[in-house]
Amino acid sequence: MTLDFSVVLKQWPLLLDGMLLTIFLTLFSAVIGTLLGIGCGLVRSKGPTWARWCVGAYVELIRNTPFIIQLFFIFFGLPGLGLKMTALTAAIVANVINLAAYVSEIARSGIEATPDGQIEAAQSLALDRWQIFTRVVLPPALKRVWPTLVGQMVIIMLGSAVCSQISAEELTYAANQIASNSFRNFETYIVVAGLYLLLAVALRRLLNWVGPRFIFGR
Amino acid sequence: MNVSPVLDDKPGFALVDIRGLRKRFGDNEVLKGVDLQIARKEVVCIIGKSGSGKSTLLRCMNGLEAYQQGSVTVDGQRVCPDDRNALRELRQNVGMIFQGFNLFPHLSAGQNVMLAPRLVQRASSADAERHARKLLTRVGLGERFDAFPDQLSGGQQQRVAIARSLAMNPQVLLCDEITSALDPELVGEVLQVVEGLAREGMTLIMVTHEMAFARRVSDRVVFMHQGLVHESGDPETLFSNPRTPELRRFLSTEG
Amino acid sequence: MFDFTLWDIARNLLLAMRWTIALSLIAFIGGGLVGALLVVLRLTGNRFVRGLVMLYVQLFQGTPLLLQLFLVYFGFSMFGLETTPLVAASVCLTLYASAYLTEIWRGGIESIERGQWEASSSLALTFGEQMRYVILPQAVRVGIAPTVGFMVQVVKATALTSVIGFVEMTRAGQIITNATFQPFLIYGSVALMYFALCFPLSWYSRVLEQKLRR
Repeated sequence: MTLDFSVVLKQWPLLLDGMLLTIFLTLFSAVIGTLLGIGCGLVRSKGPTWARWCVGAYVELIRNTPFIIQLFFIFFGLPGLGLKMTALTAAIVANVINLAAYVSEIARSGIEATPDGQIEAAQSLALDRWQIFTRVVLPPALKRVWPTLVGQMVIIMLGSAVCSQISAEELTYAANQIASNSFRNFETYIVVAGLYLLLAVALRRLLNWVGPRFIFGR
Repeated sequence: MNVSPVLDDKPGFALVDIRGLRKRFGDNEVLKGVDLQIARKEVVCIIGKSGSGKSTLLRCMNGLEAYQQGSVTVDGQRVCPDDRNALRELRQNVGMIFQGFNLFPHLSAGQNVMLAPRLVQRASSADAERHARKLLTRVGLGERFDAFPDQLSGGQQQRVAIARSLAMNPQVLLCDEITSALDPELVGEVLQVVEGLAREGMTLIMVTHEMAFARRVSDRVVFMHQGLVHESGDPETLFSNPRTPELRRFLSTEG
Repeated sequence: MFDFTLWDIARNLLLAMRWTIALSLIAFIGGGLVGALLVVLRLTGNRFVRGLVMLYVQLFQGTPLLLQLFLVYFGFSMFGLETTPLVAASVCLTLYASAYLTEIWRGGIESIERGQWEASSSLALTFGEQMRYVILPQAVRVGIAPTVGFMVQVVKATALTSVIGFVEMTRAGQIITNATFQPFLIYGSVALMYFALCFPLSWYSRVLEQKLRR
C-alpha cells in the first residue's frame, strides 16, 4: 500500500473552488435559515394554536427524514410540479428548510427561558411587543443557546457534502472529480476530510467571535 | 410622546383613582373591592401581610394584572389591560420598580436607562445618552455608566432600575418591595434615592416592609388585610395608635 | 419501460426498508458496544489513551459522514481487502455511532455530581462497584433520552449509504425513480417511510426527557 498525496495536492485549484462554494453555501443558508428558524421558534412559542401546529408539523417532518431525501425531493421531485431549479439553488433551499427546522427548536428553548421579570420590566417601560422581542428577549436568548446553535451550523456545513449528489460543485464534488481522475480515492478523501475539519474549526471560531461582537454583547 | 404633569388639578382630583377593584386568580379572590384615591405628589406606603393583595393592587395600576370588576383610572384615563396601545400610553406615565430589579443583563447601566426613551419616545442617541448620564448621576452612579448589571451590587442595580424608570418622566412611580431582595447594608442607599424623589414632588406608591422609612417619608400609609383597605391614615397616627386589632397584630410582628 | 403499479413500488420500498432497519440495528448495537468501551477507556485510561479517544470523536464529529463512508469503502481496498457495500456501511456507521454515543454517555456520567463518587468510595467500593451500583444507574436515567434521540440520527444516516451502493430505502427510491420517472411520488413516499420509522423514536425520546425532568 503506497500513499501518493502529491497527485491530489496538485489539484488545489479545484479543491479551492469547491471549498469556496461550500463556504458560500453554508454561510448563505445559515443566515437565511437562522432568521427563518427564529421566526418559527417564536411562532411555536407564542403564536396562535393553528400556527403552532403547522410549524410543529413542518419541524417534525424535517427532523425525522434524512437530508438527502429532502434534497432529492426538492431537486428531482419539485420539477414535477413545475418548480425547476439549478443544483445550487436546490442545495440552498434544502439547507435553509433543514436548518430552520432545527434552529426553530433551539431558538424556542432560548426564548422560553426568558425570566418573566425581564418582560414585565420592558412592558413597564412601554416598549411594544416587537421591541420587547428584538431588544430584550432575543439577545440574551441567543446568548443562552449560542453553543448549540454553533454546533448546528457545523452540522449544516458537514451536511452540505451531500449536495455533491445532485452535482452542486462544492468540496465533495471536487473530491469525487479528483478521485475518479487520479484513481487515488483514499488519498483524495483523506485530504478533503482534513479540509472539512479545518473548515469546521474555522466556522466555530468565526461564529464564537460574531456572536458576542454583534449579537448579544460581551 | 410624553404628557407633562398638569399642575392645577381640580380639588379632589385623584391622580390614581381606584374604585371597587376585584381581582381573582382562578378561584382565589385576592382583591375584594378596593377603594383608593391618591393625589398628585402624594407619597403612599402600602403595608400588610403577604397574601393581603398589596403587590397585586400595585400591578393592577400599570396593567400588569387584569382585573374582573371595578375601575382603575390614572390621570383621568381608565386602565384597560386588554388594550395594548392604551397600556403603552399609560406606561409612559406610570413607572414601576421591581423587587428583583430586572435590569437587562446584555446592556450596560447606561444602555438600560437609554433603551426606552430611544425606542418609545424616539429620542436621539445623543439626547438619550445625556439624559441617562444625568439620571445615573442623580442616583449616585454617574461613573458606572458603562458597567454591566453583573458587575454591580444589588443596591446599585436597584438604583439603575430607578434611573431607568425615571428616564420616561413618569407622573407616578410604583415601587414593589424594592428593598426586600437587598442585603441590609444596601437598603439605605436605595431608600435615600427614593426619599430624594419624594422631596422633589414625585407621586410615589410603595409596597414596603420598611416601617421606619414609611413613617418618616410617606404622607399616608395604607394597611391592607385580606384583599381590602383595612386602615388608612397619616403615618404618625397609624403607627402609634392603630385602630383595628389586625393592624395592631401586624405591627407587633413587624417590630 | 415497464408499467409499474403502485403496489410494485410499495413492495420494493418496503423490502428495502428491511435493510434500512437492519443496518440501523447493526450500527446502533455495534456502535453501542464500541462506544461503551471508549467510555471506559476515556474514564480509566492515561492521558495518551484519553487523547486518542478525544481525537477519534473529533474526527467523526468534524467530518461529513459521506466522506467517512468513502474512506471506509476505499480504505478496505487500500488494505487489499474485498468488501461489499453492506460491510463497508456497517463498519463505518458502527464507528460513527460509537463516536456520538460515547460522548452522550460520557456526558451522562460526568453529569453525576462528584459527591456521589466521594460517598461511594468512602464506603470502600471499587471502581467497578461504584460504576455498577451508584453511577451507572443514575447515568442511564440521564442518558437514555439522548440515546434514543440518537437512534433517529442513525436511521437517517443509513440513507447516505446509498451513495456507496448499499440498497436500502434511499437507493431503492433512486432505482425506482429511474424506472418510473415519478420522483415526487417516490421520494415523497420514501420520506414518509423514514418518518414512520423515526417519529416514534423522537416522540419516545421526548417522553423520556419529560419523565427525567419530574
